[in-house]
Amino acid sequence: MAILTVTNLDLFYGAFHALKAITMMIEEKKITAIIGPSGCGKSTLLRMFNRMNDTIENIRITGEVCLDGKNIYNMKTEREIDRLRRKVGMVFQRPNPFPLSIFENVAFGLRIHKKAKGQVLKEIVEASLKAVLLWDDLKHKLKTSSLRLTLEQQQRLCIARVLAVKPDVILLDEPCSSLDPIATRRIEELMIELKKQYTILLVTHNMQQAARISDDTGFMLLGKLIEFGQTSCIFTNPREKETVDYITGRYG
Amino acid sequence: MSPRITQKIAFSLLFLVSLVVFIPVLFIIGILVSKGAAALTWEFIFSMPKDGMRGGGILPAIVGTLLIVLCSISIALPVGILAAVYLNEYAKDNLLTRIIQLSIVNLAGVPSIIYGLFGLAFFVIMLNLGVSVIAGALTLAIMELPSIITTTRNSLNNVPASFREVSLSLGVSRWQTIRRVVLPNALPGIMTGAILSIARIAGETAPILFTAAAFYVPHLPHSLSEQVMALPYHLYVISTQIPNMPEKITYGTALILVLLVLILSFTVIILRIFFRKRYKW
Repeated sequence: MAILTVTNLDLFYGAFHALKAITMMIEEKKITAIIGPSGCGKSTLLRMFNRMNDTIENIRITGEVCLDGKNIYNMKTEREIDRLRRKVGMVFQRPNPFPLSIFENVAFGLRIHKKAKGQVLKEIVEASLKAVLLWDDLKHKLKTSSLRLTLEQQQRLCIARVLAVKPDVILLDEPCSSLDPIATRRIEELMIELKKQYTILLVTHNMQQAARISDDTGFMLLGKLIEFGQTSCIFTNPREKETVDYITGRYG
Repeated sequence: MSPRITQKIAFSLLFLVSLVVFIPVLFIIGILVSKGAAALTWEFIFSMPKDGMRGGGILPAIVGTLLIVLCSISIALPVGILAAVYLNEYAKDNLLTRIIQLSIVNLAGVPSIIYGLFGLAFFVIMLNLGVSVIAGALTLAIMELPSIITTTRNSLNNVPASFREVSLSLGVSRWQTIRRVVLPNALPGIMTGAILSIARIAGETAPILFTAAAFYVPHLPHSLSEQVMALPYHLYVISTQIPNMPEKITYGTALILVLLVLILSFTVIILRIFFRKRYKW
């Protein structure tokens, strides 16, 4: 079932036409990868789903993005948008934990949303850290600073921080680009594990990554979604010439 | 000449220039201590002036300066921080914002005596506050606003954009993001700005000349609407207006002023360390 549908979406930064007539459907509890060369608009597209583009001035958007059948661009109040962002979490390119303890990083959202405290909060933090496979290593040092962790652990912590607010969808913006190949591999395994419970949207520079772990793939070029479909089809039997050129390595 | 030698010369030159900055500090402290240390007794710090200020202590001036500084900083700091947060985090880039920013820059360039005259005209006369601690504190607060706003904005800008982004992406509202993420992380920088302001306010003479400072009040103030003696003005008075002033009292007063600034700054530094620990930078 499609949890997110994009219909005829256009985005302009001032005069620059950054996303052009994008239409796609994102399946629930699957990994959807968006690939394409730098500057093709894939991160911009990802940021449409939690309205992170709203922070940019001078931006114009037409078309629809629906979550569970509701157009998120009809939301008027900041409150509604904050609620949307709790349902659609985001993990960024560089691991960016707060300069707080491990525990406080995971508890951050819950504390501010006043959703849990005391024992309940501890349980959610534990469950979130278990889900990203950090619990066994870190359960005795929850009070140490998150900045002491390795980059891979920091990125896992950032994922746990998202899981703690109980999203339905997780957006990952090149989550492995600052990690080494072994850590990358392990984060990929984590994503496969997570798709049992969450819908995952992955922007990646790394075609092998998309091929390895995603169910559906979209290929973008210069703001257009050139081709979108099952990953196996995109990589073995692409319809468009641009897709062929990209996956055979003719673009950067 | 070989590049190695040129480099040596260049570095030595840079070192010498840095030394030039250091020397005046050394001399000021050296002279103040050598000529004023003898005056530092409990009586000098904790008693009233006597013999036409040629003897006794300088307690009223110490208390006066402390009162003015603390009042002024407790007005300027909240106003400055809130204004900086607004300008940095909320304000759109429009005509009004630009006018505000222009006034801040201009406010920073106004000579301190002009603030004194403005304080006299506005706070003392128009608002009828009289020559008083509160009028002086308000005048100094306005004078300090530009630097507090500027240092606060710098420390807000130094909070990584990614922190704001993460917080928003977790569904935290803009205001909560500022309160829980941006301000705590900017606090050490804001406090550094406060230290600099305190040091400057404590030593200013011109702005309190017509608004707060009294020539001679041999008792402690009972309220903020009284005029008080203040260390910088007292120093000016005893070094220029009173004949046969014992030298050690003049230097002793100056030394006390420097020590007072030092103590106030250290208090803020300790607070800053406390906050840093709490937010584990």
